[in-house]
Amino acid sequence: MLNIRRDICGYCGACVSVCPEGALELVDAYLTVEDTCSTCGICEKICPLGALEVIKE
Amino acid sequence: MKRRYDMLVVGGGPGGAFAAKTAAEKGLSVCLVEKRPAIGTPVRCAEGIGKELLTDFLPPDPKWICTDIESAELVAPDGFSMLLEPSKAGNEIGYVLDRKVFDRELVWKAAEAGAETYVKARATAPIMRDGAVAGAVIEQHGKRYEIDADIVIAADGIESKFARWAGIDTTVPYRELETCAQYLMTGLDIDSTRTSFYLGNEVAPAGYLWIFPKGDGTANVGIGIGGGKSGNGHRAKDYLDRFIARRFPNGKTIELIIGGVSVCRPLPSTVADNMLIVGDAARISDPITGGGIYNAMYTGRLAGETAVTAIEAGDTSRDALMPYDTTWRASKMGKAIDRNYAIKEFFTKLNDEKLNSIVHSISKINLEHFSTLMLLKEIMKANPSLLLELRHLRSLL
Repeated sequence: MLNIRRDICGYCGACVSVCPEGALELVDAYLTVEDTCSTCGICEKICPLGALEVIKE
Repeated sequence: MKRRYDMLVVGGGPGGAFAAKTAAEKGLSVCLVEKRPAIGTPVRCAEGIGKELLTDFLPPDPKWICTDIESAELVAPDGFSMLLEPSKAGNEIGYVLDRKVFDRELVWKAAEAGAETYVKARATAPIMRDGAVAGAVIEQHGKRYEIDADIVIAADGIESKFARWAGIDTTVPYRELETCAQYLMTGLDIDSTRTSFYLGNEVAPAGYLWIFPKGDGTANVGIGIGGGKSGNGHRAKDYLDRFIARRFPNGKTIELIIGGVSVCRPLPSTVADNMLIVGDAARISDPITGGGIYNAMYTGRLAGETAVTAIEAGDTSRDALMPYDTTWRASKMGKAIDRNYAIKEFFTKLNDEKLNSIVHSISKINLEHFSTLMLLKEIMKANPSLLLELRHLRSLL
């Protein structure tokens, strides 16, 4: 699953633009993830602050 | 909020504001929705713009201009600095804006022209009829509105979802996303008329670091690095913090600004039946500078004009809206994006040694007019070997 660390996220939306599944969305001041997320890790890589982490189950 | 408008604009940045203003001035009923509670915040921008580019759109106003920039320095990986100074007096390179005030001003102008504006109002889905966009579902203050429109303008920025929901793949290849962090800092000992750009794989891999002064010892100090270079322990903010510890150890941070800038090719098509896509949402930012304010205003205005023509003619199909797409691609801006994309592909692969030799080859350029193109031409002149490597780009320069 994708864990969004809300204490770190600056809700800039950079991750939304690179998500190949369109699973992320920036709703005003918080980020949401849908279950279409494939945990590919692209968003984790590009986040300017490091707010996203893929947790392998 | 009414049940129906001629035009619905999703997003209240410079692109959306210009589309709304242009169409409202021509008498269309226009609704602009912005998901944030305030226009212009949070800022996600380095706030620099070329002087000539801005005055195409509105007269400069001290309300939203922080500084007049007269020169720029380009700093090589080894610390060597090259100065860019336009020779003509009064021909400043550009402005550093206050986007919080600037964006607000643009939406005000749209409102004055007759557009309805709503904040904290988010488009959550397109309304689709016969496979085409016919409006949008808007949620505001816990209520849900179904708004029909002849034309929807997708001006929802880098995190754009509207066009995607309507079936257009807007994914930015992650290597072509500049991941950015910036501090608004104060207490800096800097020249408030000069911008600085730092290059190098140690400083800002596949990107650059900037200092854009905002007056009184304050500046936007920021960085963009290529998405392919980013990861745990070496993110945009890590690079920026390292630079600041070295260069501005006593500077005070008063704002953190983060964001992404696409440096990919623009979307293959920026029109669909009843829909036009503008600015960052269309991936129309400059691949070299990352600049997008002008591009958003230009495409926003053009989208507004195109919408007026199409609605007057009673045909808002993709074909009828296509002049928007072909016009911006053929424009000076469209050509600059093409050219700068090809050059970016080349420059982001250079090692520090090569970057050093390029910057060293010219210590000072006096330009009649400042532009990225002029700068590139001078660099090519001073580095004949580059011209060989860039043979395929010759026709573009």
